[in-house]
Amino acid sequence: MSVVARNLTWGVPRKTIVSDVSLTAAPGETLGLIGPNGSGKSSLLRLLAGLKTPASGRVEINGQDIARVSRKALSRQVAFVQQNAATDTNVTVRDVVRLGRTPHRSALAGWSETDETAVAHALARVDMTSRRAQPWQTLSGGERQRVHIARALAQTPQVMFLDEPTNHLDIHHQIEILRMVRDLDLTSVIALHDLNLAAMFCDRIVVLESGTVRATGTPAAVLTRAILRDVFRVDAQVSGTPDAGRPHIRFSPE
Amino acid sequence: MASDAPDAPGDGATRLVLFLCLSLVVLTIAVAAATAIGDYNIAPRTVVLSVTNELGLTGADIAPIEQSVVWNLRLSRALVAALAGAGLAICGAILQALLRNALAEPFVLGVSAGASTGAVCVIVLGIGAGSLSLSLGAFAGAFAAFALVALLSNGATSGPNHTILAGVAASQLFNALTSYIVTTSGNAQQARDVMFWLLGSFGGVRWPDFQLLLAVVIGGLGVCIWMARSLDAFTFGDEDAAALGVPVARIRLVLFGVTALLTATIVSMVGAIGFVGLVVPHAARYVVGPLHLRLLPACAVVGAVFMVVADIAARVIATQQTVPIGVVTALVGVPFFAIILYRARPQA
Ligand SMILES: Nc1ncnc2c1ncn2[C@@H]1O[C@H](COP(=O)(O)OP(=O)(O)OP(=O)(O)O)[C@@H](O)[C@H]1O
Ligand SMILES: [Mg+2]
Repeated sequence: MSVVARNLTWGVPRKTIVSDVSLTAAPGETLGLIGPNGSGKSSLLRLLAGLKTPASGRVEINGQDIARVSRKALSRQVAFVQQNAATDTNVTVRDVVRLGRTPHRSALAGWSETDETAVAHALARVDMTSRRAQPWQTLSGGERQRVHIARALAQTPQVMFLDEPTNHLDIHHQIEILRMVRDLDLTSVIALHDLNLAAMFCDRIVVLESGTVRATGTPAAVLTRAILRDVFRVDAQVSGTPDAGRPHIRFSPE
Repeated sequence: MASDAPDAPGDGATRLVLFLCLSLVVLTIAVAAATAIGDYNIAPRTVVLSVTNELGLTGADIAPIEQSVVWNLRLSRALVAALAGAGLAICGAILQALLRNALAEPFVLGVSAGASTGAVCVIVLGIGAGSLSLSLGAFAGAFAAFALVALLSNGATSGPNHTILAGVAASQLFNALTSYIVTTSGNAQQARDVMFWLLGSFGGVRWPDFQLLLAVVIGGLGVCIWMARSLDAFTFGDEDAAALGVPVARIRLVLFGVTALLTATIVSMVGAIGFVGLVVPHAARYVVGPLHLRLLPACAVVGAVFMVVADIAARVIATQQTVPIGVVTALVGVPFFAIILYRARPQA
């Protein structure tokens, strides 16, 4: 399924946070969203997932304006992994992943074979099967993040929006999760801070700067020295790597 | 926890059914005890036969006065207590889920206080007359309190703690209003009656109260169970619930409405009784886990047992005088709550 944003604008009184953003993610594509803190990545992802209503512009998923699709129908196709999920409720890992089945179940329907398979599969994908009975409160930050990704997977979506999914993850799981998202047969938009990970796993990258799109294109086209200097205010060396011309960024300590 | 069963979701359900059956047995015993115990005690045999006589199942020879006391006074009272306990416990569970705050319940959020003010307006100021207008007054008050809390906490956009603070402010305001109305009404006897009623009392409830409350509690529980799955989705907040396909605004509106209706009906009959809505959901969660499809029925039966037992205690503690039920629920509830807090502390 494709994701298309057309001239999205959103803000709070006296401040425009997302300004005239247009982007396209082709079916199956992994689109990276990078930009400094406060550049509007999370806000844009919420707009794309239909969790906020844009002041103007619209989002089309598979050619359909999401403002006209019911919440439930939308969430059968679209999953959203938020940046910092937290709860005080004493739930287990399994309970949390089971929540991912919510859009697929009617009010009083029992737990079906399909539901069970989806949950088991999702837990296995993030390496958390053996932890399924553990209370969510007792998980480490990275384990929580993985459980939330599993929940999104249990939703069996065709489009996935992930807000810094590699937060708190060790390097093995960072690579594991991003590789998994890339290899899954779905369209994904991922906000990332690690530019090298973005370069390695994204098909294309959108650079946000103060709520506007600064650049869009392949990692090699976007991750240039000039953009790193202007947008991220760092001095860096960009070199090509042997595999498929993905750029590698080396930051200078000075 | 209910869901620690490996991969058989049925296990939790079996456990719930067992728990519900056990609780219903305990509830029946509690109601029977509440009917037997009183200013003068009635033998259990007489209690049972009086009830079966009234139901037309037996024609045993019971003193009419005893039969009347059992049926018309004590049984209706015990059943209203059970329903009130069930209703308040459900309200607590719903509010705790929607507001994501362990302290949320009608009493803490000022809804009970609002309902009291509404009811007192009707009693003291004589706006309208009859029990229907009393309920309507309580309902208007409960809704006003909800609206005020919503307004003060800026819709639902601010955090869960903000809502509790707004609730504290609302209960202060409505309690002050109630006191003002009562003290300036100039009728000392009436003022004392109202104050007593405010602390909660099941004296004076009769069968029509039971029928009304039964309809409201069953209807409310039905709506809540219908929405139980959506309530689970609120675990990680409103936005997360929306991402899981829950129509957040509609669910909140309906469930806040149900909570207000339940609270208002209960307060208008038996006064503002605290602590049941707070303690029971925590206790029930401890046994059946946090998922609402199990939690809500469990809350209903546990709340019912709790309230019936509290009512018995209220009559036994001080013979001759009746202790307000709110005093008992607090006396039982606070230590119980302390235990829950202690056992639920994070294992550092
Ligand atoms: N509801 C709001 N009210 C006021 N300001 C807001 C609101 N939501 C977002 N902002 C502001 O909008 C800007 C963009 O926020 P957003 O969370 O989208 O940034 P981000 O790119 O995800 O940042 P980060 O990299 O730190 O996650 C920030 O400056 C933030 O303070
Ligand atoms: Mg962000």
